[in-house]
Amino acid sequence: MSLRSPLGRVRGLGSAKDGTGHWWAQRLSAIALIPLTLWFCASVIALSGADYTAVAAWVGSPVVAGLLILLIAATFYHAYLGLQVVIEDYVHRELVKIAGLLLAKAAAIVLALTGILSVLLLLFGQA
Amino acid sequence: MSSSNRPLSPHLQVYRPQITTTLSILHRITGVALAVGTLLLIYWLAAAASGPSAFASAQGLVGSVIGRLLLFGWTFALFYHLCNGIRHLVWDAGYGFEMRTAERSGLLVVAASAVLTLVSWIAGYTMMGGA
Repeated sequence: MSLRSPLGRVRGLGSAKDGTGHWWAQRLSAIALIPLTLWFCASVIALSGADYTAVAAWVGSPVVAGLLILLIAATFYHAYLGLQVVIEDYVHRELVKIAGLLLAKAAAIVLALTGILSVLLLLFGQA
Repeated sequence: MSSSNRPLSPHLQVYRPQITTTLSILHRITGVALAVGTLLLIYWLAAAASGPSAFASAQGLVGSVIGRLLLFGWTFALFYHLCNGIRHLVWDAGYGFEMRTAERSGLLVVAASAVLTLVSWIAGYTMMGGA
């Protein structure tokens, strides 16, 4: 017996066949972001008023650079997952919704790459 | 779907706002605000990677009155989303659903975010020597 409505079956809509993947990814990235965010906030506070040399030296140390890359990756993954839900909930015109989702995804990828490459530049002393 | 005549639940504006519902939508609002705020974070990192002069103009922007106001707002948004996110994780683990508990944890989240925001800014200004 199918639980899908006749209309849903005809349109091929209904289950997105995604299960709990999105939900789980959102929680896991959230848990990863708790220590990373606290560490980043404490670091930025400690850097208050620091000059260029101090900031560049901070970003350019291996442990900091690694944590920053993790922070950037988790942040933009989590941000995209969240924005996706918000767009899906509030934007009902299909074309606008798809455009918004693609735009959010593209922006997340471009910003994350820019951030990670900046960290790597400072790590390898190109700046 | 427009073709169905199924009953809809009433629109949210019908209900009286409560602390739980207000904090719930605030979680979304701060989440979206933080996503926008990542622009500043990436700009700051990219400026640092581009050299001292680019970094100086980024610091100038962040240090301006508008920059500091935005940063203050984002600090609160970040701590609120962080604390309320932990509240959500506790719910996900199956605890804290009693009405009184949910209201109390909500108030706790607001208080914690306010304290963390103020402590961060006081600590930041102390590091700068009160500048």
